[in-house]
Amino acid sequence: MKAEGYTKRRQDVGGWAVEIETYQLGDVYYCTINNVDPGARFARAEGSTREEAEAKALEKAGRYLAQTRRFTTG
Amino acid sequence: MANVLVTTDWVAQHTNDASIRIVEVDVDTTAYDQGHVPGAVGWNWTTELCDTLVRDIIPIKKLEELLGRSGVDNKTTIVLYGDNNNWFAAWAFWQLKMYGHQDVRIMDGGRKKWIAESRELTTDKPNTAPKTYKASAPDTSLRAFLAEVQQASAGQKAALVDVRSPAEFTGEILAPPGLPETCQRGGHIPGAKSIPWGKNCNDDGTFKSVDDLKALYAGQGISGDKPIIAYCRIGERSSLTWFVLKHLLGFQNVKNYDGSWTEWGNLVGAAVEKP
Repeated sequence: MKAEGYTKRRQDVGGWAVEIETYQLGDVYYCTINNVDPGARFARAEGSTREEAEAKALEKAGRYLAQTRRFTTG
Repeated sequence: MANVLVTTDWVAQHTNDASIRIVEVDVDTTAYDQGHVPGAVGWNWTTELCDTLVRDIIPIKKLEELLGRSGVDNKTTIVLYGDNNNWFAAWAFWQLKMYGHQDVRIMDGGRKKWIAESRELTTDKPNTAPKTYKASAPDTSLRAFLAEVQQASAGQKAALVDVRSPAEFTGEILAPPGLPETCQRGGHIPGAKSIPWGKNCNDDGTFKSVDDLKALYAGQGISGDKPIIAYCRIGERSSLTWFVLKHLLGFQNVKNYDGSWTEWGNLVGAAVEKP
């Protein structure tokens, strides 16, 4: 089998830039979400459609990112 | 291209080569089971590439068993690849070099490039005939421990390279966005230079050219004329930078500080610099 319909895009989630990668393998769509900086994958999901996989992964991403604190550095 | 890097094309042509063992090592330990390069075995970095009792690299006996059951002997060419721009492929590469394996290579671009190119994937695990592997004692010249890093920070005798994101370096965040905080203090080791790992890579996950990499590090005063210690949060991103400095640029004295910020940023009394 081969990955089909590979897409990659960036968007803002909760004030953080993330990169969303989605592709289909067989009957399953896989979505992974990385933070743009430093580029670490922190959420993923599967679904029977692209929309379902991305919606699940984005829901997780939003939840995890809400727990990331920003500190003053001065 | 340095002989430690192979292209996705090259790998596609060698999936049935008995002298080569292809190994996938991912941050996402479920990725291998979704589909992998035909013939590749999968290693789990959380259980198979470390000591699971104490915080340490994989013990020698465990490494020998892992390689043996993966069908690897001392003459096998190991080709590593993985997700996240080969973070944990580089982590495996670093440990294999510590234990003296001669021919280890990384598939440039990793899993991301293989998938983006719509290359063949399988969920079948290869039938690997077990082999006997004999590792060398670990070469600690490739690894920095806390005391050496403290000396480097105090005396500036070695260049410290912090490969985390700028926000981690300044202490604005304590971990990459979306991941659990794993330290008590944010900031960086005094004297360290910020050269994020991502600057080593192109958008497709491949490494930048040697000329571009030389310019990147020279611009920060890193030219290989004195020892270099790379660190990040847990040591995997810094193993990628270690790979670049040691094997793509050929700098002689480069160490990976795998204790990294999860050690330094939790250490009572350790000096921390901000921003």
